[in-house]
Amino acid sequence: MPTPQTPDDRDVPTVDAPADAPADAAGRVVLDARDISRVLTRISHEILERNKGPQDLVLLGIPTRGVGLARRIAARIAATEGVEVPVGALDVTFYRDDLRQQPTRGPQRTQVPPGGIDGRTVVLVDDVLFSGRTVRAALDAMNDLGRPEVVRLAVLVDRGHRQLPIRADHVGKNLPSARTERVMVRLEELDGRDEVRIAGPGEER
Amino acid sequence: MRRHLLSVDDVDADEIAALLATATEMHDVQRRQVKKLPALRGRTVINLFFEDSTRTRSSFEIAGKWLSADTVNITGKGSSASKGESLRDTVRTIAAMGVDALVIRHGASGSAQQVAQWVDASVVNAGDGTHEHPSQALLDAYTLQQRMGPLEGRHVVLVGDLTHSRVFRSNVKCLTKLGAEVTAVAPPTLMPSGVEAWSREAGFATSYDLDEVLPKADAVMMLRVQRERMAGGYFPSAREYTVGYGLTRDRLDVLGPDVPICHPGPMNRGLEIAADAADAAQSLVLDQVSAGVAVRMAILYHLLAGEDS
Repeated sequence: MPTPQTPDDRDVPTVDAPADAPADAAGRVVLDARDISRVLTRISHEILERNKGPQDLVLLGIPTRGVGLARRIAARIAATEGVEVPVGALDVTFYRDDLRQQPTRGPQRTQVPPGGIDGRTVVLVDDVLFSGRTVRAALDAMNDLGRPEVVRLAVLVDRGHRQLPIRADHVGKNLPSARTERVMVRLEELDGRDEVRIAGPGEER
Repeated sequence: MRRHLLSVDDVDADEIAALLATATEMHDVQRRQVKKLPALRGRTVINLFFEDSTRTRSSFEIAGKWLSADTVNITGKGSSASKGESLRDTVRTIAAMGVDALVIRHGASGSAQQVAQWVDASVVNAGDGTHEHPSQALLDAYTLQQRMGPLEGRHVVLVGDLTHSRVFRSNVKCLTKLGAEVTAVAPPTLMPSGVEAWSREAGFATSYDLDEVLPKADAVMMLRVQRERMAGGYFPSAREYTVGYGLTRDRLDVLGPDVPICHPGPMNRGLEIAADAADAAQSLVLDQVSAGVAVRMAILYHLLAGEDS
């Protein structure tokens, strides 16, 4: 039977370096740890502003890195508002439109917060917005889980090249890129450090 | 990479772990209001059953449907097989309709392997004679793992009619791959011939004495006494079998309340398993059925969702 692959290269090829790997110098850093921290603080405030407070909010991260980002946004909302916003994970593997084009992928965890998503304002959180296909799959996946009142999208990086009529409500950084370039998001909890890099197609990983 | 699941030999320990991880996600779908994933949309799965089945056939059918595949059930009795059509002609006829997977149960050992050579579709062995029943072993491992955590180093005791049991053969392979210690218990007449060599090679123990093994069990799997495959003469009487090898009320007390009990079903209550044991809080019989759908979803997903190999 085919060995499943981790669905980590959804929109962009991200590099999975173990936490103890030597610093990967491919390309250049476009967001460092402090930038990411500031950007997430701003997104958290934008979400609160747009929603006029934390009521009925649910943050759903798209694995892998969207979940970590959603948790950080929730922590910032808790710090400013004193309210714990429910955080969940929404895996989109089963809803992807390119399943047949790749070796079988194993799913990652989907975890809907106990209160569910019916009637809530769901903010989908992902690391990179590229073709928009992941977000389309996420909207389909959510359709089978419940009926939110409102769905919004927050991303750390929007690198353009949309293939579907999808846009983000909250963007950490607009990053003009060539289609062939790679955008790599690393988060402390998974990769040992926080940074976003962009590298040309020929550069070493 | 293999296209078929004919035997537990077709999957290694990593692949089993991946399948069971996928099954965990599938199990969540089972608890949802909308029990549907689009992953196998447009694929067709045929369940071809030449032997009776309640849970295997219905769970493969439900598994396919929840993954959005089109599933069709064909039973031996209502098919052209009863008019004398050969198995080869039957499966080639079905395959010619353009199906993506054939889930087959047949009374002849090795039949699934044969069918896989005759058709282009993926073939899943849902039980071939007394040979193998891999999806059952995978769902048993999943059920035990959910209850006990990793099976590595845990002692699983398989008891019953081992000679006629494809569940036994698949389970021994699967459990040993996952690092469990296995002891197979049966009366001498129901211990498969050649088991000594096999047990040495595969690294499991055998015993004729259930009462000696039971106190050391971390989990017990009772296997059905298959009256339909017996010409008789394997044991003097049902009562005598129960006294020696049944999971009786007394043995349940020896086991204690924390040792999980599995049975692949259908159960012969009062023969290999007492009602007290079958309905005990530690009985996983219905968990196995529930896991059956999730694990079969995982199997169909892993075989059919990706690109054609």
